[in-house]
Amino acid sequence: MKLEGKQQIWKDYQKEIADDRYYYARSCIRQTFFPGSEWAYLDILGNKLGKTVLDDPRHTTCTGIGYHSDVVPVETIMTVVARHFALMTEAGFENMTPSCITSFGIYTEILHTWEQHPELEEQTRDFLWKATRREFQKPKNLAHTSDVIYKFRHEIAARKRYSLTDIHTGRPLQVVDHIGCHYAKMFPSKGIGGAEFPAVLSGMVTAWGGEAVDYPERRHCCGFGFRNYLVLANRGFSVANSKKKFESMQPYEPDFIITNCPGCAMFLDKWQYTISELEGTTYGKNGYGIPVLTYEEAAALVLGYDPWDIGLQMHQVSVEPLLDKMGIDYDPAKKYQGKDGKELGRPACPTYLKI
Amino acid sequence: MDKSVIIIGAGAAGCEAAYRLAEAGITVELVEKENETGGNLNNWHQLFPDRKQAEELRRTLREHLSHPAIRVHRGVMPVRWERTENGGFRVEVNDGALLESDALLVATGFQTFDARRKEEYGYGIYENVVTSVELENFFANRRIATSAGVAPKRIGLIQCVGSRDEKTCNFHCSKVCCITAVKQAIELREMLPDAEILCFYMDMRMFGPGYEEMYREAQEKYRIKFVRGRLSEASENREKQVIVKCEDTLVGKPLRMTLDLMVLMVGMEASESSRSIARTLGLELAPNLFIKTCDPHYAANRTAVEGVFVAGCCTMPMNLTETLHDARSAAMEIRNYLALNHKP
Repeated sequence: MKLEGKQQIWKDYQKEIADDRYYYARSCIRQTFFPGSEWAYLDILGNKLGKTVLDDPRHTTCTGIGYHSDVVPVETIMTVVARHFALMTEAGFENMTPSCITSFGIYTEILHTWEQHPELEEQTRDFLWKATRREFQKPKNLAHTSDVIYKFRHEIAARKRYSLTDIHTGRPLQVVDHIGCHYAKMFPSKGIGGAEFPAVLSGMVTAWGGEAVDYPERRHCCGFGFRNYLVLANRGFSVANSKKKFESMQPYEPDFIITNCPGCAMFLDKWQYTISELEGTTYGKNGYGIPVLTYEEAAALVLGYDPWDIGLQMHQVSVEPLLDKMGIDYDPAKKYQGKDGKELGRPACPTYLKI
Repeated sequence: MDKSVIIIGAGAAGCEAAYRLAEAGITVELVEKENETGGNLNNWHQLFPDRKQAEELRRTLREHLSHPAIRVHRGVMPVRWERTENGGFRVEVNDGALLESDALLVATGFQTFDARRKEEYGYGIYENVVTSVELENFFANRRIATSAGVAPKRIGLIQCVGSRDEKTCNFHCSKVCCITAVKQAIELREMLPDAEILCFYMDMRMFGPGYEEMYREAQEKYRIKFVRGRLSEASENREKQVIVKCEDTLVGKPLRMTLDLMVLMVGMEASESSRSIARTLGLELAPNLFIKTCDPHYAANRTAVEGVFVAGCCTMPMNLTETLHDARSAAMEIRNYLALNHKP
């Protein structure tokens, strides 16, 4: 693979990312599956980088899950998004930063739709006013939170306590990235590096000492696809998509997978357990899986956060082999303890997947 | 008739028009931005459908330029234009020469589609993705090899790269890529008798004499496989092979295949020079950005600007035969124009 070819594409697809004062839009599902990610993001931005981020409790789902499952009409989702913009406007912010890839895709799509069809924006303003008596300004800057971490990747590298390096061999960790489909596949110009060779995650990996590894099915969907998963009968299709990715990346022996999408992080992690139970296959070394990290978790590990403080015990695939490679200091006994020291309970042991 | 014509562009159309005008007693100033004449023809090894060496045609065109009525200005570009008092043209070129003429012929040709714009095919990134133009160069050097220096065992030729493609804003058909792929597949077979050779196509547009026959021969005699399906993406594996995905629309199934070499049949686009000259002279562009002619049927060499004519692929994709015909047609139009406007 010719790096200079990729670098040209990365140069072509850059975007403006605001420097400070972010209105934060949480994901519906990340708090459940990766509960430390959003907290780590807010802590890194606020306490490490000194940025102002508003985590507004009045913010709700964007209804993207319903929209992409054809149960929420477009007029409804546009009005819900308009309310988010109104909350941002009322709070005195202009930079919208959703944590969810689908929300980012939806905000992007709606802003583009309003640009092409101003009458729909007017209609949405009317709906919002009738429903809530609110008005809004459109964001001056829209960036996914992975864009924001990408923007500050070198600042994070300057503060790093650990590198994405195997301390035993000195070699950079081999990292495969998985970009959520709604990040740039619909609007390539809105993603760092475009849709085909996105650099948003690989840029972080490289800045923090790792080596980003391309693999043939890198672009392939994780299989979430909303209806693929939400409709019980379709779940086999969802698993099959993830399986295709694991089989494609396995020969490269990746040390971990990094993702920027709530659903992808969940499925690439949880489906490894499912596949192991279905057919006894595991994709990491010695019966382990391939650990899956969100970009906030990766940033937090590099910055020296305690793995259990950022919720890594909630992962299905064990992260300990990765922590050991990086030389991260952690207490195995505290893995399943709450902050008050009480035992939280332990998950059942899988049949094949080592944990 | 003491008349003169400035021709911009010394590709196949410019050279042929220059010769035909010179034969008719008209003085020609032929301006070419490159240091050699021939244009895109210089990138071709063999021509279709007769497999004639491109060099033979290049030689003929070059020899014709030695006509005493033709002055060739190589390696120069027009920098300033103005109309003369009697309706002619005064053109300053960047070596300082000042040329004057009674008519102007734009023959600035085409440029091949920059395959990097089709990002999902990985040209410029994957090691074993080349264009049809580069493949011609392989043929000229008599060596087909992957980046590792070995003979490819499976080769895929991908049609319509930058043609009939809304995503790249090119709705037009480049016309010659289908038959080029057939010709190149046969040449590959001749050099690599044991290789598997596949063409991925949307339609096979065999419009010219001998094309359909060549297509049939490619299947029956040369064992070329034709797959009807547009590539959705390509990726590279650890062995630097190219993994392609498409739907085989005849079988109705998705297809995934590993290639040792992938050849992108790059389409034609209006050249930068054509667009720039059109802006300068006030010529209208068609939606596909080629120069718009007065009438596609009856005045295909005339433009809306009096005294300015067009020939060859600056107006639309053409094969070589059509290009040469168009050049002769333009020469005849110009002769008629100069005769009607002749002031003794």
